[in-house]
This record gives sequence, C-alpha cells and structure tokens, in this order.
Amino acid sequence: MALPQVKQDATEARLTALTMPEGGCLGSARDEALRRLRAMGLPSRRDEYWKYTRPDTLVSPDAARAAVFHNDETPMFGAFDRLRIVFVDGVFDAEASDDLTMEGVRIDRLEDICCKDIHWAKDLYGVLEARGQKPVERPLAALNTAYATDGVAIHVTGKLSKPISLSYVHKDEASDAILHHVIRVESGAEATILENGPAASRFNKCIEIDIADGGTLHHVRAQGRDHERRAATHMFTRLGRESVYKSFTLTVNGVLTRNEQVIELTGDDAVAHVAGACVGDGDFHHDDTVFITHDAVNCESRQVFKKVLRNGATGVFQGKILVKEGAQKTDGYQISQSLLLDGDSQFLAKPELEIYADDVACSHGSTSGAIDDTALFYLRSRGVPEKKATDMLTLAFLAEAVQEVEDRAIAEDIVTRLQGWLDRRS
Amino acid sequence: MLEIKNLHVKLEEEDKQILKGVDLTVEAGKVHAIMGPNGSGKSTLSYVLSGRDGYEVTEGTAELEGANLLDMEPEERAAAGVFLAFQYPVEIPGVGNMTFLRTAVNAQRKARGEEELSASDFLKLVREKAKALKIDAEMLKRPVNVGFSGGEKKRNEILQMAMLEPKMCILDETDSGLDVDAMKLVADGVNALRDEGRGFLVITHYQRLLDHIKPDVVHIMADGRIIKTGGPELALEVEHNGYGDILAEVQ
Repeated sequence: MALPQVKQDATEARLTALTMPEGGCLGSARDEALRRLRAMGLPSRRDEYWKYTRPDTLVSPDAARAAVFHNDETPMFGAFDRLRIVFVDGVFDAEASDDLTMEGVRIDRLEDICCKDIHWAKDLYGVLEARGQKPVERPLAALNTAYATDGVAIHVTGKLSKPISLSYVHKDEASDAILHHVIRVESGAEATILENGPAASRFNKCIEIDIADGGTLHHVRAQGRDHERRAATHMFTRLGRESVYKSFTLTVNGVLTRNEQVIELTGDDAVAHVAGACVGDGDFHHDDTVFITHDAVNCESRQVFKKVLRNGATGVFQGKILVKEGAQKTDGYQISQSLLLDGDSQFLAKPELEIYADDVACSHGSTSGAIDDTALFYLRSRGVPEKKATDMLTLAFLAEAVQEVEDRAIAEDIVTRLQGWLDRRS
Repeated sequence: MLEIKNLHVKLEEEDKQILKGVDLTVEAGKVHAIMGPNGSGKSTLSYVLSGRDGYEVTEGTAELEGANLLDMEPEERAAAGVFLAFQYPVEIPGVGNMTFLRTAVNAQRKARGEEELSASDFLKLVREKAKALKIDAEMLKRPVNVGFSGGEKKRNEILQMAMLEPKMCILDETDSGLDVDAMKLVADGVNALRDEGRGFLVITHYQRLLDHIKPDVVHIMADGRIIKTGGPELALEVEHNGYGDILAEVQ
C-alpha cells in the first residue's frame, strides 16, 4: 500500500533536516534502515500504535527548545563506583568520560567499529531493530539506525566488577540528539548498564542488545529531571538460552517520553523482566510500550509498570505478550497500574495477550485509582499527618516496581529520588 | 478523660441517623465496656471519636480532657491521645511495619513538641514491647498487616497502642476472630497498659473478652443510645439472657 502523501511529506521534511553520517562498514545498514523508514513513514497521530501519544513533536523537522534544569543534587548513580561514559547533547565527551578499558569488556565508539573491524557490532547494528519492525512498525527506531551520530559498542565477555554508566548531559536548549548503542553479552558473562540524564532537548535513542546463552544483563535507567525535554527510546533485546535481562526505568518529569522495549526470547529457559516507575505533573506525558515475544520453551517474562500522575498528567501503557506456537511452559506476567492523585490526570492502558501455545501461564492486570481512603485513615489515626500518609502510600504503590531492581543500594537511591519528588510537592 | 454529650451522628452519604444522643463519660484509670446487638452504633461511635470521614455530627459534643475532638483531624486526635484499635486492621502493602510504627511514634512526638526518638532508642523500645506480645522480628519487617493472621493483626494493633501510649484507648471488637490463646495474649497486652492516667473503652459483642479485661463499668447500647449502665455483672446478665430482656425492660 502506498504511503499517504501527507505522511510521505512529513517524513521527507524530517529527513531534509538530517545528514546521514559517513557510512563506512555501516553504510548498507543505514541505507537499509532508511529504506524501511521511507516504506513506513514517520508516525502520525492517526496510527493505531500512536493513538495515546501524539508523535508530532518527535517527528517534526526541528526540535522544540527545552530549558536546561540546574540543581545541586548528586546526579543519579553519582555515589556508585562505575565506568562513566559521558555524552553531552548527544556527543561523546572524552574528557568527562573514564578510560574505556576494564577487564571483561571491550567498549568502542560507534565511529570506530569499522576501522577497528569490530565484527559482532557490524553484524548486530540495525539487525534487531529490523526484526523488531514486525508485526508492529517502529519508524523512529529505523530513523535512528539510519541517522545516529554517535554511540558505543559494548562487548561483555566476563563478569564485570562495576557497572558501565552512560551519562547523558543536556547543555544546549536547542539540542536534538540521535544515539545508537549495540551491546553483546557473551555466554556466561554478566554486566550492569546504567543510564541517566535527559540527554538533549529532543532525544532519539536506540539500543540493540544481544544476550548469548547463559548471559546476564541488568539495566537501570533514570531519565533526568529536565521537564521540557522530549524522548523516544527503543531497546531491542534478543535472549539466548538460560539468559537473563532485567531492565528498570525511573522517570521523573519530562514533557514527553515514549519508551519502547521489544524483547525476543529465542532460547529455552530465558528470563526477561522490564519494569518502570514514573511520577509526573501537569503536562507530563509518559508512554511505556512493550512487546515481548516468547519463541522458546519454559521462558519467563515479567512487566511491572507503575505511574503516579497529578495535575493533568497522562500515563500510557501498551504492553503485549506474544506466545508463539511451540513456546510451551511460558510464564508471562504483566501489571500496569496508575495512581491518580487528582481527578484531572489520566491513564490509558492497552494490555494484550496473543497466545498460540496451549501449555502456558500468562496473566495481566491493569488498574487505575486514587489513594485508598481506608489505608489513609488508618495511618492518620496513628498520628501520621495527611501529606506524610499520602506520600507513604504513594511510595508503597511504586514499591512493587522499584523492587524489580536487584541492587539494594540503587533501589534505595531510586526511592530517595521519588521521595524528593513528593517532598517538592506540598 | 473522655466526655461525650448528647452525640447525634448520621451517615453523610445517606440520610440515616446512627447515633441518637449518646452520653458517656470515661474517667482516667477506668475501663468502660460497651456491649450491644449488631447495628446498635458501637463501631460508628469508635469511628466518629477517631475522626473517620463519612459521618456527620448533627448534635452534641465529644471532648478529651476538655479539648473538642470533633474539630480535630484524625492525626491531631491521635496526638491528643486517642487510639482506636481497629476491628479490621488495614493491610498496607509496600509500607514496612517498622517504618510505619516509627513514623507514627515520631509524628506524634513532633506534634506534641517532644523530641523524636532516635533509631536505636526506637528499636530497643519496639523489640521490648513486641516480645511481650510474642511478635517476632520477621513480623516487624513485613508490610503492615499483609499476610498476618487474624490474631497477628490484633496483636499488631496492641503493639501500636503500646508504642504510642495513648490516653484514651478505644478497642473495637478486638476479640473478633481470636482463639482463646490469642485473646489471652491480647488481653494481657491491654492489661499491661492499664494505669491511672489512661482510660479504656472496650467495644464487644461478648462477655468472653471481659473475663480477661475486667471492666469497671458496662454500658448496653441499642439503636444509637446507651440504654443501660451497670457494673461487670451487667455483662454476665447479657451473656446468660441475651439482649432481649434488657431491650424489653427499657421499652
């Protein structure tokens, strides 16, 4: 079917504002991605997959300006020993970054993978993204593969002694960044990837993650506090046999966020958990879109998303579990909940299950509600003031998602940030 | 201590009068029991005294040591010394029992202008009180009342009472759902708190609990009023003859 003219025009208008980086060995992958993008066109509000989130500002030729938020707080993960890789407005900052060498991992910049002949990265770039375009199109990810200007290739071959931390600093109010990372975790290897910061006024980020048999990857992300920033992120993850992927995202503020997780369980006994906690006010709009494909036996997937919304904020959850024929003994769990702190906020949820195997256990639940009056009264009757009691119940609501973070110190840091958000609102 | 005069209360949502003129005075150091058939307004009285939403006081007063309770928020009443042991203690997933207790104790101390308890002092105190109620460390770590048995929930209520040291303790059917041993444990916990500065209002259906917590005064409540007041023997009379005779006598 030919693309509607208006969509075609919008796509070309966006492309005019972009320059494709020198291709090198990634040239064909970028060209392929551009072809995919032209065939589907950038998303518009009429697309079913974008029914709840308006993509206009994510696809417009120019990014809207976004104020840089300054504060004196220790940045997220600041207290932890980690290998720091810093990007400022989407550009790698060697000065601010640590030496990229560490035992058990090799880290290269995207622009170096051709001259240094990093085979696995060349073979992975754009591949999982392309696989993830079916059955649902993700044009912003194709755009990313074609036009990404920077990124890293992380090859994990051992158990890492400390996390790798990707810090995204936002300095320029007019920045419009496109980053693309590729990560491969070898058999038996284990790593933790941390991401934090708003990155840019508009941020398009894609990560392709390939986890070999028995590999483990933990991912914890915090998306900064800049309220005016916009972000569209994709994580494409393929899991081998007995491998583990656990991802958690904290979002505090941000006028528009669309986080997509596309996960493919291709080896038996693999485990994938994705979770998120977000809190937002006013024109805050947060969208978690998840697609998990079970294509092997005895795999476990788990989605836990919690949203606290007030003053007209909007939360969106689109989560799907697809169990292919033959993916027996699948254990799929999905919960998405919102706590609406007033009558103005809204939560839009579309949980989906599509199952072609006959011996599976899948459950999903989605709720939206206010603070429980009975619990509130119970706390107040013990002398806890109303605001404090409400905050306690709000954190309790988020706890199920935060508990998905296995590292206790990081989980505590997350709770502290959430508490900070509550404290700033009296 | 607690002085209730001519208290009239109706439900906010429906125009239904529940309390129709309750008069009751509980002196410091005394245990008063309220018995009565289902629907007589016993639980409503406990909720109204502790400040739960959904009730409208249409007439009358309730004072604690001369302070008007009805004007206060629930947390202010708690800081002033009111404590309600719930008939159905609320489960709060995600809030640790210990965090809850410490927040409550310190919030009340703060409201009264006292210094907050340090973490170590608090821990010492809670361990000591928990031990007496046979509440183990595991139960203190778990989320508030989540997965607790009926007996554990009621013991947890008494632990909160012991930690908060209220002036006026209201026990709403604390015996419901308890076996004999658990009832003994809960009653011992309550008896340990009896002293001359503290008043108790024990709401119950059955005489059983009053074997363990010996009341000084027993009131019979029916249709939103206290219809008869007497000594402990009144509870025994109810136990033997039911409420029928007393109701008939009053009418």
